[in-house]
Amino acid sequence: MSEVLMDIQDLAKHFVIDTNFFGKPVSVLKAVDGVSFSINQGEAFGLVGESGCGKTTLGKILVNLYRPTSGKLFFEGKDLTVLNEEQRRAYCKDIQMIFQDPYASLNPKMTVGDIIAEPILINGLLPRNQVEERVIYLLNCVGLARHQRNRYPHEFSGGQRQRVGIARALAVEPKIIVCDEPVSALDVSIQAQVLNLLGDLKEEFGLTYLFIAHGLNVVKHISDRVGVMYLGKLVEVAPKKELYANPLHPYTQALLSAIPVINPEKKMERIILEGDVPSPINPPAGCRFCSRCFKKLEQCKLNEPKLKEVSPGHFVACHLFD
Amino acid sequence: MEPKYSSNPDENLQAAEYVEKPESQLKAMWETLRQNKAAVAGLFIIGILAIIALTVWLSELMGKQILPYDPNYADMTKSFIKPNAQHWFGTDQLGRDMFSRILDGTKISLFVGVTAVAISLTIGVIFGAIAGYRGGKTDTVIMRLMDMMLAIPSILLAIAFMAALGKGLDKAIIAIGLVSIPEYARIVRGSILSVKENDYVHAAKIMGNKTSRIIYKHILPNVISVIVVRATLGVSTAVLDTAALGFLGLGVQPPFAEWGDMLGRARGFIFSAPYTLIFPGIAITITVLAFNLLGDGLRDALDPKSRIK
Amino acid sequence: MLLEVKNLTTEFKLKRGIVKAVDDISFTIDKGEILAIVGESGSGKSVTSLSIMGLLQKPGKVTGGQIFYKSQDLSTLSKKELQKLRGNQISMIFQEPMTSLNPVWRIKDQIMESIMLHMKLSKKDALARTIEILETVGIPSAAQRANDYPHQMSGGMRQRVMTAMALACNPELLIADEPTTALDVTIQAQILELLYRMREKFHMAVMLITHDLGVVSEAADRVIVMYCGKIMEEADVRTLFNNPMHPYTIGLLKSIPQIDNDSDERLYMIKGMVPNPLNMPKGCPFSDRCEQSMERCTQEMPQLQDIDGHKVRCFLHDAKEGGSAKQ
Repeated sequence: MSEVLMDIQDLAKHFVIDTNFFGKPVSVLKAVDGVSFSINQGEAFGLVGESGCGKTTLGKILVNLYRPTSGKLFFEGKDLTVLNEEQRRAYCKDIQMIFQDPYASLNPKMTVGDIIAEPILINGLLPRNQVEERVIYLLNCVGLARHQRNRYPHEFSGGQRQRVGIARALAVEPKIIVCDEPVSALDVSIQAQVLNLLGDLKEEFGLTYLFIAHGLNVVKHISDRVGVMYLGKLVEVAPKKELYANPLHPYTQALLSAIPVINPEKKMERIILEGDVPSPINPPAGCRFCSRCFKKLEQCKLNEPKLKEVSPGHFVACHLFD
Repeated sequence: MEPKYSSNPDENLQAAEYVEKPESQLKAMWETLRQNKAAVAGLFIIGILAIIALTVWLSELMGKQILPYDPNYADMTKSFIKPNAQHWFGTDQLGRDMFSRILDGTKISLFVGVTAVAISLTIGVIFGAIAGYRGGKTDTVIMRLMDMMLAIPSILLAIAFMAALGKGLDKAIIAIGLVSIPEYARIVRGSILSVKENDYVHAAKIMGNKTSRIIYKHILPNVISVIVVRATLGVSTAVLDTAALGFLGLGVQPPFAEWGDMLGRARGFIFSAPYTLIFPGIAITITVLAFNLLGDGLRDALDPKSRIK
Repeated sequence: MLLEVKNLTTEFKLKRGIVKAVDDISFTIDKGEILAIVGESGSGKSVTSLSIMGLLQKPGKVTGGQIFYKSQDLSTLSKKELQKLRGNQISMIFQEPMTSLNPVWRIKDQIMESIMLHMKLSKKDALARTIEILETVGIPSAAQRANDYPHQMSGGMRQRVMTAMALACNPELLIADEPTTALDVTIQAQILELLYRMREKFHMAVMLITHDLGVVSEAADRVIVMYCGKIMEEADVRTLFNNPMHPYTIGLLKSIPQIDNDSDERLYMIKGMVPNPLNMPKGCPFSDRCEQSMERCTQEMPQLQDIDGHKVRCFLHDAKEGGSAKQ
């Protein structure tokens, strides 16, 4: 097994929604509530869940946009959560992010060349006179032409902007990139282009990805291991092949069966979950999925199941496997 | 290392290697502004006012008299002359030429308008930027302070400042400038709150930018349009406030010509010599209107949503 | 035949030129049929639905063709008659359930308004009908939830309310513009199932506009593939997925990451991107991205050929040229 690059231990992020008169929190949104997993050097870890499950919040903790409420975050063996803002900034260039919305992730007042050059200059990676050459190289890497560096983001299509965002993340030669739904805002034919590009770049630069998506079909292609989140908790983690062939958690099974299949002959027997995702402000007691679960047991309403290894590398948090 | 990615969209262009100039955002803005006739009219009037003000000011510096009459020279024998060929706008109670005084007043009004806005803009933007970006307690403290200032009618607050500072043009400028700080602070804070949630601001933080640079490089350029619009409209408010203070006798001190002061001193003669009120009134109206028209036009031109593709 | 669209052309007059968002398209929808219109952004699929509904905003304008609803030409109807038809016989649901509901009205008020307007029911009957329809779309304890405001509901619930609103007056044609795009996968499954069930129950026709071929394969009876304002291919759903003929359709199908495909190879991808509508390639609009593009494709526009009910716009299947009809 390869080396662990990032180790996430019992990480939590709570947002205070409302406080009482004395400043005591009375209503807390538990976006991420005790999540543990590790990402190995050179792998792509897919993180899947529906909106509100905390996957984006988790990604933002990794890149230091949020400070975790509790838990530890080890990067190459060093705990990043104990660092102050100044020390933490030194790790910025190792952990980069690609955003979901290509229209909001580029500063509209800067040319594409300046956008890609900025991280190089800030981190002092190259002398000023070599920056332009590097920008052109990065543009070529992501499939854009050199003359396009003088253009503004609004002159680009969604797919091209996403390429610019990728080039910007690559500019600082990061070790891990958090990809937050990088293709879900793109057209079908462009999605494949960007997914392939991300795959190629991973090979070429030896990158590690945390790949966040809301559907299991997108991460299937790019990930080595996949984790499924529900309401701030990780419910299942397994190597890709294992997870898709043998999903254990009822929620994973429902997610898999909800994906429309491109074959009208083969309409799957579909598990249709009842109701909506409960609010993370007042999650149900016991197992968080029990309000929608079609296999729930008596104890599901009482005890919260722990994530445990049921077969090598396959973890699941469900009382069915106690 | 040769980039191996092959779907280069412009492979054919590589040979020709052309470098296009970035399309200027200013140019795009001007194109939209030009379509708005009212805004162009406003800009035109402001241009004329600025030329008048500059000419009067420069000639004064060089000691030359280019106005038809000395605006401050009183000649009681010529008081209350109705508008005629010699005195286009007539003369006032002290026999001073109204036309010359109004042209002279342009200088003061524009100067006060622009400097007062500069004061409130600078302080307001700093306050608003800090409150908006920092959030939390800093935000609460700054914005409650601003709310307190907003709770008092601005002209009353300006009078209070004048009472503390004393009479005079310089003090009037400071008073008017201080009074409108909250407006800028609020508007800047609001825009920053919405801009800072954009992913490009997050990206700037992730790549290791310092807070000050994020504000200066990534946030302010994207709220500048809002500030420009507000500042343009602010000039008209400042001109009006100056006139109001002048009307109350708190602004410019005699004998200098200032439109509000002229209105105030002439109000006793509203029936006997209405022209002594009408012309300063028109001057104020035109100036305020011009800045408002330009401000509205700029708002449309700077808003990418209203800019037609 | 419920709806017949003949040679519909919709143009947007922009400063920099005229964009033909919908370019001479014809199709029909039968009673009780689910017709899917698939395409990427800029393909004109949404403009088609807005043109049919008469909801086009300036600078868009229908510049050619006719739309017949039950053999009646919609262009001959007055504004009032058209309004009566909309909401009563033809309904529409939109992509964004958040912005399609009025935030200051309670759910029941929004639904009752349209019921009272179109069905001429008393307030009491309208309320009863509202609660009935909310129950039909699967809103639990509908009588209470009817008093909620839109912001009190989740995205999936709001889309159900939108569907309830659209179904309130028993429409015969429902136009659903990306009804599941903004929703999570498990909620998407719920809404698709709801549409399917409603079709069975009320025997209404559905025009389903989407970019998601998975949704099409699950829900539709017949499919139209649009690209740059033109129909590229049209067939019943089985034929289209089993034997796609147009290179664009084939490319789209191959480029989707599939759950039952175990290979780790690169995804197939269509090169390039949708052309600028102001600067369309001469000839076939797909010619600059097509792997099988021929000299002729860049010169002239292929016609939509009907090969045993399977329509395709491609020179590869040009009968006169003796091209093979099989891929």
